[in-house]
Amino acid sequence: MDRREFFKTSATAGAAIGAAVLPIKASNADNTNENKEFIGVLTDTTRCIGCRSCEVACSVAHDNFVPDIENDNALEQIRDTSDKQWTVVNRFKTEKGEIFVKKQCMHCWQPACVAACLVNAMIKTRAGPVTWNGDKCMGCRFCMISCPFDIPKFEYREWNPRIQKCNMCYDRLLEGKKPACVESCPTDALMFGPKRQLMEIARHRIYSHPDKYVRQIYGENEVGGTGWLYLSAVPFEQIGFRTDLGTTPYPEYTREFLISVPLIEFGVPALLVTLNMLTDRKNEISENQGSTKPGADNE
Amino acid sequence: MNNTAVVTSEFGRFIKFFIQELKPRGKWLTPFNVISIPTIIVGLIILYFRFTQGLGAVTNLSQQFPWGFWIGFDVVTGVALAGGAYVICFVVVVMRLEKYHSILRVTVLNGFLAYVFYSGALLLDLGRPWHIANPLIGNSFGYNSVMFLVAWHFFVYTIALFVEFSPAIAEWAKVEKLRRFLVRLTLPTVILGFTISMLHQSGLGAMFLMAKPKIHPLWYSEYLPLLFFVSSIYAGLSMIIFEGTISHKVFGNLIGEKTHHAHEEIILGLAKAATITMFVYYFFQAFILLHDGERWKLVNGFWGFWYLVEIIGFVLIPCFMFAHAVRNRKFGLIKVASVITVLGVILNRLNVSIIAFKWDAVNKYYPSWEEIVITLMVVFIEVWVFRWIVTRMPVFSKE
Repeated sequence: MDRREFFKTSATAGAAIGAAVLPIKASNADNTNENKEFIGVLTDTTRCIGCRSCEVACSVAHDNFVPDIENDNALEQIRDTSDKQWTVVNRFKTEKGEIFVKKQCMHCWQPACVAACLVNAMIKTRAGPVTWNGDKCMGCRFCMISCPFDIPKFEYREWNPRIQKCNMCYDRLLEGKKPACVESCPTDALMFGPKRQLMEIARHRIYSHPDKYVRQIYGENEVGGTGWLYLSAVPFEQIGFRTDLGTTPYPEYTREFLISVPLIEFGVPALLVTLNMLTDRKNEISENQGSTKPGADNE
Repeated sequence: MNNTAVVTSEFGRFIKFFIQELKPRGKWLTPFNVISIPTIIVGLIILYFRFTQGLGAVTNLSQQFPWGFWIGFDVVTGVALAGGAYVICFVVVVMRLEKYHSILRVTVLNGFLAYVFYSGALLLDLGRPWHIANPLIGNSFGYNSVMFLVAWHFFVYTIALFVEFSPAIAEWAKVEKLRRFLVRLTLPTVILGFTISMLHQSGLGAMFLMAKPKIHPLWYSEYLPLLFFVSSIYAGLSMIIFEGTISHKVFGNLIGEKTHHAHEEIILGLAKAATITMFVYYFFQAFILLHDGERWKLVNGFWGFWYLVEIIGFVLIPCFMFAHAVRNRKFGLIKVASVITVLGVILNRLNVSIIAFKWDAVNKYYPSWEEIVITLMVVFIEVWVFRWIVTRMPVFSKE
């Protein structure tokens, strides 16, 4: 009678846990019923002159380290974004001359960092930017492990560290302004708008200048599509992009595992109870164990 | 009213008893104490700097390598090696194989302490550990995250192990009624514990699924969760053999004659089980390597060699050693094989999380001395607590 009751309880508990895990389905960007389009930025690397105004504007807007762009010769080496600077411009020497490439968060459609975050500190906002919330983050750095572009950066020298990454100036967007970097760009290398519009503009540029651009828009399908798009005159691997990331959204890689969780949580206890019943002896194991010291029934 | 009086007096008695039990017993200047006490003191000093000046002050972690030795060894490896608890609980409580009953309590205790200390070591690694409760309470449920699942399962499983061990505590504190109640919880707890062990052992592998472009393809596969689960079984079994050997030497005076003799048969049984699971694991690895047409071509150069070292040297060879030793009842060989197996599991977990992670990076990560001291500190404190418990509570069988 004890056992039947236990069986019932475990079944209910299993179902409850299962129900709790199921919302994984609703979290994909493509399943939301939003009419609003995700926004993004189109970077035309053929227009960039490497002035690094965007670096300054970004750091000023977010109270980060402001680089001395006149004197620091930073273009001499390939730099990564850091916990002090959310965007950097790099110079690549190619067969078509020097090409400058701005680097920052790609604002993926289905971001790996967001799927990685167990406390919803990293979120994909409804407008499109991926933002970070310090009140929730516990600093586990799983977002850094998961991000295919290695964008989230961690303040290793702080007692109360933050994750630092581009948030597409989410605060400015809410005020109806453009991202700081876009506004600061003197050559219109950066263009801000809904991704669909940006894609049309990008395609138009490729079609009207077929010898100026390679026929690829980086970010159209990479890792399931990103908010930040790039146009280039040379193949993307020559200007520091990874072209081996695939078109599968990264959260998909853990999806099957997560779906198996409620199945295992419900199925395995039932299997174990069955096995235990099959091995039934006259006495309940608990009584057996109860009256003796460990190992006493070890004949 | 009378009841409350009884409870209060019982509680008072327990507190007195507990304080009395806290006092150390035996000699102070043992070699272990001489090594562990200074390590723990240095570790505490390091922790002061870690919590005032940030992780960067004491670790070699970087933006390229956000997870280092504390995660790769303490958490990912430590939890795999603690897999013995769920295997033995399954065997004794669910399958009712009484032969292994005498090692149940010590294995559960080892598992419990491993979870408390090794997943507890996670607290040292978290940037904002004061937010640790966020995934458990409040509105911050990140259902999509494999780590959400792992965190919950760590938490629940640690409690489950405590419940499984609690009859021994009740026996020690001489509260018979409570003990009888706790014993009745064992079967449901073991079933729950086995299920969530399966999920978080594999979940540790699933944590690396999204790091696809960063892990060397020989160590990355979509079957990582399955591989982590299967290897946790033989990791746990080998660890029981290894720890059991040490326990029988160090705590020999606490273990009864009869149990001492029965131990040989237990070791044979565990070694047999380890042989089979290791071969299954080897088969999975070989299958993954061969079923995908191009994959075997990766086995070249340093990384191919390193992969073969792990799979042949630390899985297949100890597997055959176990098999040979079981047939010929060579206990020395079983112990050697169990040590090699444990090293192999450590190697595998470190390969996935650190060594083959960004294998082509220019500035590879290696642990700082501070990271190693902290790890040793965690291990030493665990051994202290283990020693304190087994010398006081009925963990080993006295028969």
